[in-house]
Amino acid sequence: MSGHSTYQPKTGIERWLDARLPIVRLTHDSAVSYPVPRNLNYLWTFGGILVFMLVAQIITGIVLTMHYTPNAAMAFNSVEHIMRDVNYGWLLRYLHANGASMFFIAVYIHMFRGLYYGSYKAPREVLWILGVVIFLLMMATAFMGYVLPWGQMSFWGATVITNLFSAIPVVGETIVTFLWGGYSVDNPTLNRFFALHYLLPFMIFGVVVLHIWALHHVGQNNPTGVEVKDYAKDTVPFTPYATVKDVFGMVCFMILFAYFVFYQPNYLGHADNYIPANPAATPAHIVPEWYFLPFYAILRAIPDKLGGVIAMGSAIVVLAFLPWLDTSKVKSMTYRPIARQFFWAFVIVCIGLGYLGAMPAEGGYVIASQIFTVLYFGYFVALAVIGIFERPAPLPTSIADSVLSGSGARIAAATAAEPQSKG
Amino acid sequence: MSKMSLRLSVAAMAAGLSIAAFTGPASAAGDRINPPRETWSFSGPFGKFDRAQLQRGFKVAKEVCASCHAMSMVRFRNLSQPGGPEFTASQVQALAATYQIKDGPNEQGEMFERPGRPADAFPSPFPNEMAARAANGGAYPPDLSMLAKARTYERGFPWFVFDIFTQYQEQGPDYVKALLTGYTEPPAGTTLLPGQNYNTYMPGHLLAMPNPLNDGQVEYPKGPDGTAQVPETAAQYAKDVTAFMVWAAEPHLEARKRLGLQVMLFLMIFAGLLYYTKKKVWSRMPGQGAAH
Repeated sequence: MSGHSTYQPKTGIERWLDARLPIVRLTHDSAVSYPVPRNLNYLWTFGGILVFMLVAQIITGIVLTMHYTPNAAMAFNSVEHIMRDVNYGWLLRYLHANGASMFFIAVYIHMFRGLYYGSYKAPREVLWILGVVIFLLMMATAFMGYVLPWGQMSFWGATVITNLFSAIPVVGETIVTFLWGGYSVDNPTLNRFFALHYLLPFMIFGVVVLHIWALHHVGQNNPTGVEVKDYAKDTVPFTPYATVKDVFGMVCFMILFAYFVFYQPNYLGHADNYIPANPAATPAHIVPEWYFLPFYAILRAIPDKLGGVIAMGSAIVVLAFLPWLDTSKVKSMTYRPIARQFFWAFVIVCIGLGYLGAMPAEGGYVIASQIFTVLYFGYFVALAVIGIFERPAPLPTSIADSVLSGSGARIAAATAAEPQSKG
Repeated sequence: MSKMSLRLSVAAMAAGLSIAAFTGPASAAGDRINPPRETWSFSGPFGKFDRAQLQRGFKVAKEVCASCHAMSMVRFRNLSQPGGPEFTASQVQALAATYQIKDGPNEQGEMFERPGRPADAFPSPFPNEMAARAANGGAYPPDLSMLAKARTYERGFPWFVFDIFTQYQEQGPDYVKALLTGYTEPPAGTTLLPGQNYNTYMPGHLLAMPNPLNDGQVEYPKGPDGTAQVPETAAQYAKDVTAFMVWAAEPHLEARKRLGLQVMLFLMIFAGLLYYTKKKVWSRMPGQGAAH
């Protein structure tokens, strides 16, 4: 990113502190003078939105912890105590429960934005992999959080998902016993899930710091995928330009968040989770939260248990290898006529898998899940192949050129239309 | 999206939908019949409970349902809180005192019974689940406190998408109301075992609870001319008691929707101001003068 710090300590105290702990300089360099490509669109506000969601989840979560009891006999009633008797407890709990969904809505948009604009490509591979790590931690946190109310879906979701580990050869059963803290999902399971649900968000926070550090080191990608060449022409300072835009995006996102919290607080949940956990009665359909549904569909598409677990795990892990799977040098799909179509097909495949994950695993749904699972992984194979022969549209010479000439008009002479593969 | 990629996306979507359409009937709803849609005073963004309805519903719950069903999460004092049936504090005090609550141990180490207080929860009709099952032919009457939120029916695609915008979220009460009035003779070929009843809306149609509500069973408040202000029919009882159960499951519903309106108005105005601030800030770009 930029070269030297532009921070100028003005007062004596600032100079004194700057010589000992340059924390004001760090803040200034990363949140004020940090150069931001001037052509970012609103999809780039989702990073800030995600930071807001993480902080909101941690704050509401800590307050909920003060009223919640992690005990199999008392957990369900303590959540109802929060809903009924704690001042604004209903608000805290609905913010936290819907906040998890909003967090995933934002992270999926953030990820698809990265996929479309090639934000995973050099020099942003580590930044991208850190993002995959955050996503995995988020999934673990959300899963364990859903167990805490100790309703029917909490209990049976925990049973189904922890049982997946038993598919691992040799050590599987031992791992499951270790996860449960016994021989079935019970009080020890709830206790350890509660402890981990409190711990993991702070681990996410730590990886987010690394994610932002990596981002500020390499600089942001932008809709053209053309790297910043001239800071004066191609970028604007983070404050006020990106700050005001991010806050506007954040407030718009809060409107969506508030709409669900205040008007549809249970829309994204399951009615069954208002029934206390009962190990003797299995719900008709055990369905995970909506944000897990695409992966759940992949899991169930494979008839073999171990195969399903491997497929589901691979569906996430494959993302980490994307920087090397995609062979095209051109980052932005805007200039990739063939890959772009595959991208939109991939979006539809993901939504389709989500739908299939919510349907019962029988008949045609299984066949459809299998087709969509192949298509899901097919996207990554396609990116490896397309980059070799695709002829990208000419790229703008610089970010400034793309802005000043409008996104439609390209500098025709800038780039010859040649295949832009690495090989 | 370019025209070509749009075409490909549409094709992919059509393929996906045709698979779903092909697979749909394989398991569509089984033999489940969706309940009819009711109108509720508490639905929508400005929804509020109808106090008189909640008071009538409470009367039905107390006189009919409470003989088998517990309502352990509702406390007497909740009945006088704002946003609920809003009985007066003295009414609640008198009501609570009609119940005997087990308390203790006292200084002699013995459990004792005392008259209820507003802070007490509704006492359950059976001491435990096994006792409830023993008295009800093996079936466990579920606790009513959460039932309106714990029941629903499958809306299916595309209705579940539209529900986000129409704010239809009364699937639970619609189902409960339909179930309470859904008892019929079993169709030919279905034989009921002793203790089984046939209900149109119950998944699988068989349930242990017999038809609980009959016309004229509960006396409703009379108007000045001596006739009941609302019909004393099973359908009306079912609707009133269901509304009461929604309140019991979501006692802060009114406060939630009221605060929601304030929050939404604030956020929208704030977003509007931020939008123009953003436009103003971005109209002055460093370097080469005004861009867009």
